[in-house]
Amino acid sequence: MNIPEELKYTTEHEWVRIDGNVATIGVTDYAQAELSDITFFELPEIGRKVEQKEEIGVIETSKAVSEIYSPLTGTITEINTALDDEPETLNSDPYGAGWLVKIEISDKSELEQLLSADDYQEITE
Amino acid sequence: MSNTEKIKKTPFYDKHVEAKGKIVEFAGFLMPIQYQGIVAEHLAVRKNIGLFDLSHMGEFEVTGNDALSFLEKVTTNNVAALKAGQIQYSCMPNQDGGIVDDLLVYKFEDKYWLIVNAANLEKDFNWLDSQKFGDVQLVDRSDQFGLLAIQGPNAQKLLEKLTDYNLEEMKYYTHATATIAGVEIFFSRTGYTGEDGFELYIQPEHANKLWDAINKVGNEMGIELIGLGARDSLRLEMKMALYGNDINDTTSPVEAGLSWIVNFDKDFIGAETIKKHKADKPSRRLVCLEIDGKAFPRPGYEIYDGERLLGKITSGTVSPSLEKPIALAYLPKGMTKSGTKVEVAIRKNRFEATVVKPPFYKNASHK
Repeated sequence: MNIPEELKYTTEHEWVRIDGNVATIGVTDYAQAELSDITFFELPEIGRKVEQKEEIGVIETSKAVSEIYSPLTGTITEINTALDDEPETLNSDPYGAGWLVKIEISDKSELEQLLSADDYQEITE
Repeated sequence: MSNTEKIKKTPFYDKHVEAKGKIVEFAGFLMPIQYQGIVAEHLAVRKNIGLFDLSHMGEFEVTGNDALSFLEKVTTNNVAALKAGQIQYSCMPNQDGGIVDDLLVYKFEDKYWLIVNAANLEKDFNWLDSQKFGDVQLVDRSDQFGLLAIQGPNAQKLLEKLTDYNLEEMKYYTHATATIAGVEIFFSRTGYTGEDGFELYIQPEHANKLWDAINKVGNEMGIELIGLGARDSLRLEMKMALYGNDINDTTSPVEAGLSWIVNFDKDFIGAETIKKHKADKPSRRLVCLEIDGKAFPRPGYEIYDGERLLGKITSGTVSPSLEKPIALAYLPKGMTKSGTKVEVAIRKNRFEATVVKPPFYKNASHK
């Protein structure tokens, strides 16, 4: 299983890439393996203000609906609309082209609550 | 099922693990829910051929001089019309006209077989046992047989490679015994997919041999292994009811659109209510819904006409064949005609849905 060292993680099996004030959010390799036959995504509107741990969307698969939670408080600045046409990108490239949303971070102190790659590795074992 | 009971494995369990099937517990059995993915498996059955392990299904044998009158009493269909070698779809109602289970009735020269849902096996046996009269013997043979289904437009072509039996002459909903892959096998031309296909009742000692033989010839034809996930989407596209979702102890066969398996000219358990439903028109009916937009309908989602709650989805999926959301739901009288518009509530959104005529998928290959 692939858990890139440079990313941060949540117990909800999401990853966070920090780039200045912007956080890119996606689901981990571990999570995507459980998300076969994705039918579609419900992603938040751009400009929406979201709280940490707030539900901001869902991933629908043939088997079940999985909620997407915001790992941080902030404002949605971008959503990955390319997933609409090719949802399987999330499976093939979860840490790259399969990203879900970008958030402008309001409270950088929340970053300390995110898990390191090592910590995340532990909860997947 | 109580937690102390041991979870069962089918005779094909090791084969599923070997094939990297994703295993879940279902009706007390460890069953594959999917192998390579529900959509791919689903489409393989519609276009070519798929292999299912249905060993969890129950098989009851009914014998005795009063077997026919017993089955006429406990099932709704016309049992007397069955000739040896024929099969009929039927249901067992309770005293209130609800459904104890839906089942297949196999008629032999000297006995009947009832194929029942795994989840209901114990309930069904106890119910049937409590209704016995006269010279009737009821035996549960479920542990003596595994069950493999070969389903899809190329099912006959595959089976022909394993038997000399004249499959071309074998009609849908009949059964026979033939030498298949060198083993004497009891089998039927039946299924739960809408496609042509066969179901093979296999004694556990022959399980590996049959699995390997079917897969060997099957692989040359592009056969896919099919899990419970695609089994569900395949039956749903045909509006075949799933016990526990679309029918249960409180739904009558008339409400469920199963009047065609009821012989209204005979007396049977629950007949009073069921005949009344037929005569007065039931207050609700199970209908097919096609839903607009990006929605994944799931059981329990509510259906509205404006602010009026009409009912809840009993089964739903994004149809792999039609590539749109489809669902089954009980809707009240006046809202069940095809073309009727309703709304499905999914989280914070409402999606427009239209009542359509069954089945959803109209190009199935069954004979």
